[in-house]
Amino acid sequence: MLHFLFHRLWQSALVMLVMSFVVYALIGLMPGDPIDLMITADPKITAEDAARLRSLYGLDQPIVERYGHWLSSALSGDFGFSRLHARPVMEVLVPAIGNTVILLGLSFGLALLIALPAGIAAAYRPYSKLDYAINMAAFSGISVPPFWLALMLIIVFAVILGVLPAGGLGKIGTEGIWDNLRYLVLPVASLTIASIGGHTRYMRAAMIETLRQDYIRTARATGASEVRVLFGHALRNAMIPVVTIIALDFGFLFSGALITETIFAWPGMGRLIFDAIMGNDFNLALVALLLATVLTLIGNFLADVAYVWLDPRVSFREVER
Amino acid sequence: MTALSTRQIQGESMWALTWRRFLKHRLAVISLGVLAVLAVAALAAPLTAALLGSDGETVDLFNRFQGPSLGHPLGTDAIGRDTLIRLLYGGRISLFVGLTAAVAAAVIGTLIGILAGYFGGRLDALLMRFTDGVIALPLLPLLIVLAALDLNKLGLPDAVAASENISLYRIVVIVALVGWTTVARLVRGSALSLRERDFVRAAEAQGASAWRIMGVHILPNLASPIIVATTLSVGNVILLESVLSFLGLGIQPPIPSWGNLLTNAQELIWDAPALAFYPGVMIFVTVIAFNFLGDGLQDALDPRATDRRIAGMSN
Repeated sequence: MLHFLFHRLWQSALVMLVMSFVVYALIGLMPGDPIDLMITADPKITAEDAARLRSLYGLDQPIVERYGHWLSSALSGDFGFSRLHARPVMEVLVPAIGNTVILLGLSFGLALLIALPAGIAAAYRPYSKLDYAINMAAFSGISVPPFWLALMLIIVFAVILGVLPAGGLGKIGTEGIWDNLRYLVLPVASLTIASIGGHTRYMRAAMIETLRQDYIRTARATGASEVRVLFGHALRNAMIPVVTIIALDFGFLFSGALITETIFAWPGMGRLIFDAIMGNDFNLALVALLLATVLTLIGNFLADVAYVWLDPRVSFREVER
Repeated sequence: MTALSTRQIQGESMWALTWRRFLKHRLAVISLGVLAVLAVAALAAPLTAALLGSDGETVDLFNRFQGPSLGHPLGTDAIGRDTLIRLLYGGRISLFVGLTAAVAAAVIGTLIGILAGYFGGRLDALLMRFTDGVIALPLLPLLIVLAALDLNKLGLPDAVAASENISLYRIVVIVALVGWTTVARLVRGSALSLRERDFVRAAEAQGASAWRIMGVHILPNLASPIIVATTLSVGNVILLESVLSFLGLGIQPPIPSWGNLLTNAQELIWDAPALAFYPGVMIFVTVIAFNFLGDGLQDALDPRATDRRIAGMSN
């Protein structure tokens, strides 16, 4: 177990290192650099000045050297300043992480609460009317453009009915908890619907597969009740592939958060990344993107741990390969 | 005993059999029909435009936000262009992007998967770690960065970087660059088991080159999973294009696509909700049709797999 953890951490650290260089290089390829921004701010800067500033800030160095410089200060905890927010990058990021965790956590939990029972119900009688209906709903959920769904929710609930706010985080102090919660309803709903379809289909497929195993027939033959067969014998086994896939989908959930946060003006990580990339805020974009990668890697790691925990036949040593 | 029909005596080709199985999947057949209608409508866009007497490009500020009428069956947009015609032209672009990017991704994925699966060992480990790395990347933020890259800094000549269709090619390339992982894993898995089969061994014994074995003996056996995965990914690509275009990073106006028709949708929902509605419906219908089609193809092409995992853990 310890060996597994160590191996995994080492591997993740390596991926992070490679990733940080790739992202660093990509961001260097985006339009403009810090000196271009200064030139726009002060038209009197001459070409010689610009060149001098470039060498002063090390922007004329080869990319590997610049990256090395960034890495060494990042490792000592200095991630630089955010251009848009005029504050240290970490100060900007930390509250945004909190907001994203609230949004993702709520919709992730809600999606599972709906998708898992729906998938089990559909799998219990494959090709029945209920299965057909659930399958149709799941397919629709997968196929709807998430940002468009959010817009339609705004049209219905904010424009036509006027019962929910179209975006924002709520006001501090003046209103009660319920008023602030109202700002969560539409973002959470649209993010939940976006991920429900996939989860339902995974659960359904895994459950159907499990229910045709010999040990299920044996359990039924011994006279076990249907409830016991479904939840005592089948569910745990069916959960093995489902947990893996859902944890791997974590990166997908994050993409959903980016869209949802942008549309509903929710001040989280996704919107921060988008604004940072669009606003040439290189330091912030770099760190935020790496953080998103860390979250995805954590998802992958949890998937492996859950896999071993659910399936005693697999040992940690096998997963390592 | 009744007489056997001609078909039973002669036997059927693999493709006829597949087609017959496909026809049993009602939703997939309907989807194929819907997609055919959409494709024809998109291709016939100039014809419809001529019929309606407007071109979807002329700005007419006296006729903004018109409701449906004979001349404009779906009304007009914020600068008086015909909504229906812009939808049809947008369909051309969205379908083109979906198909080409999905096929390009499948080509990259097949190449990487077959090399890893056939040669195994170090190369396999290297390519698969690389694949894992790409999968671990947060997809949408990465696409946004790629879509925002400065093409001049990549060393592309100005003539290319500034050409009108560059946003179209750019989106095909970046989606293909991040979208090949599913096919690569599928192909690698199958290639691993195929290379142990007798007919591959026999070909090796006869001195066939590695390229010949991969191309002639292994690749044809991989056709089914590749076709299914590619069909399913067309829908995903269309969704990605729409998201990027909605954020203003995808297809750039004046080229219309279903995604960029929605770029200003968020402001429009207060004035003209219908304009925010139509393109989304088109995307939804197209994507769900491709998903059903992929599902049906899977049932038809690989009945054993369907038996194992009815209607798809595969996507």
